[in-house]
Formats: sequence, C-alpha cells, structure tokens
Amino acid sequence: MATKRHVSTHTHRAYLTGFVLALTLTAIPFALVWMGTLSVLATLVVIAITGVIQMLVHLYFFLHLNLTTTPRENLLALLFACVLIFILVGGTLWIMFDLHYRMM
Amino acid sequence: MSAVEASALESEEVVHLGGGEEFEEREFGFWLYLMTDAVIFALLFATYVVMKDNIAEGPDAKSLFDLGHTAGETLLLLLSSITFGFASLASLDLKRGQVIFWLVVTIALGVGFVAMEISEFVGMIAQGAGPQVSGFLSAFFTLVGTHGLHVSFGVIGITVMIGQIAVKGLTNPVKSRLYRLGLFWHFLDIVWIGIFSVVYLPGIL
Repeated sequence: MATKRHVSTHTHRAYLTGFVLALTLTAIPFALVWMGTLSVLATLVVIAITGVIQMLVHLYFFLHLNLTTTPRENLLALLFACVLIFILVGGTLWIMFDLHYRMM
Repeated sequence: MSAVEASALESEEVVHLGGGEEFEEREFGFWLYLMTDAVIFALLFATYVVMKDNIAEGPDAKSLFDLGHTAGETLLLLLSSITFGFASLASLDLKRGQVIFWLVVTIALGVGFVAMEISEFVGMIAQGAGPQVSGFLSAFFTLVGTHGLHVSFGVIGITVMIGQIAVKGLTNPVKSRLYRLGLFWHFLDIVWIGIFSVVYLPGIL
C-alpha cells in the first residue's frame, strides 16, 4: 500500500513563508530607491540581487520547483530557456552598446 | 517504468497538483509554452534596456514613474499570487467552495492591478507621454503593456475556471486546467519582478 505524501511546498505555511520572503525582497530595493542612501551603482546591484533571489523564491514556493519532485524534463526546459535568454539578451546588449560606443 | 522505480514508488507516492498521470504531457506542454513566453519577455526587456535613454527630448523615466504606484501594483500582484496558491491547496483537498472563494479574491486583486496599470497609462498619455513620443516610451508601453495583457487574459481564464469548477466540479481534467492556469499566474508575477527591477526602480533612481 502506497503512503501518500504531499510535495513539501504544498502547505499554507510554505505559501506564507514564500509571501513573507517575497515581500521582504521587494521592500528592500523599494526602500533603498525611496531613501536614496546608497550610491546609484550600489543600489542597482542590490536591486539585481534581490530581484534574482525573489525569482528563485517564487519558483520554489509558488511554482513548486525543486530538484527532487519536479520532473527532470521540466527542469531541462527551464535550463534551456535560461541559456537562450542569456544568449539573446546578452548578445543584444553587447552588440547594441558596442554600436552605440562606436557611433559616438 | 522499471521495476526498481515502481517498488520505490509503492512505499511513498508523491501527490502533485494537477490532473494526475493522464495529464502530465499537457502540463509539460504548458510548461514549454511558458518557457517560450519567458523568451518573448526577455527580448522585450532587452529592447527596453537598449532604448531607455532614447527619450527624443520627451519626458524621461524619472518624471513619469511613481514609486508608490509601482509599490501598490507589486503588492496587488504578490497578494494575488498567494490567494491563487490557497485555491490550489484547496483543490488538493477537493474543497470546491474554498477553491472558488480564493479564485474570486484572485480575480479582484488581478482586476485591481490591471485598473492601476490602465490609470497609469491613461495618465501618461494625457500628459503627452504616449508610445509614439520616443523610443524609450515605445519600448516601455510594449513591455509593460504585454505583461498587462497577459494579466488580463489570466483574469478571463480564472473567470472561465470558476465556471468550470462550479459546473463540472473538481474532476481530473478541471484540476489539470487549474494547475496550468496557476503556473501561468505565478509566472506573470515573476515577470513583474523583472519589470519593477529593470524598468521602474532604475528609472526612478
């Protein structure tokens, strides 16, 4: 007889944990921009870091992505999309800003 | 499935959201669609970053964006993500009334978000900052507008979903659709993180 087990993030507690984490990771960059205490570059770095962490929080707590129960092909598709996005966005920015620099 | 895997599953069966084994292919197909949608958004982000300084002597980001307004939109979308999550959890326990209740709350929050975005767009266009003014504004309206359109279709999807749950009950096909709709909704919140991190916060800074 099989014992049934929920995915670990299928609980109200997990959703609320994700919510509090997401809220904190949103409040930090908004507060920094509002107060303007750090330099522009430092603020941009914090925005980028909290943004990426919050995306991972959403993937884990809300889309229930993890390395044990998520089917392997879903993770591979995500990884492939990340590679595509890296090439497309990275390539676009590289070419366009290089062009901009040479046209000045 | 090999015998070893089958015996491993016998002792412990993981209960997933969705419609069960029969619908795994459709759920994977929907996941692939979301990945292609992510590529579309990534390119709109790249376009925006390339165009953001080309304001053509029109208004710039700093004079147009409002931190409080963006924070309000972010909060609505984040709250709607968690209320959809509660609907998903209720569907695991087959509590039909609870699923519908949380979906109605999600619709209200989603409509609130779209309304805030429309009022922002209308206000910008009224003060002479429409999409035709500069490369920056064209890219802004395309990126944020595409996201807003997705949210609007999500709201329509949730409305249809409520009808299906009310009429058909939480059968496996309906649960599979609810799961896929949830993936779509949570995915849109992730795109919004990108929008406030790339468009609004650096623009106001």
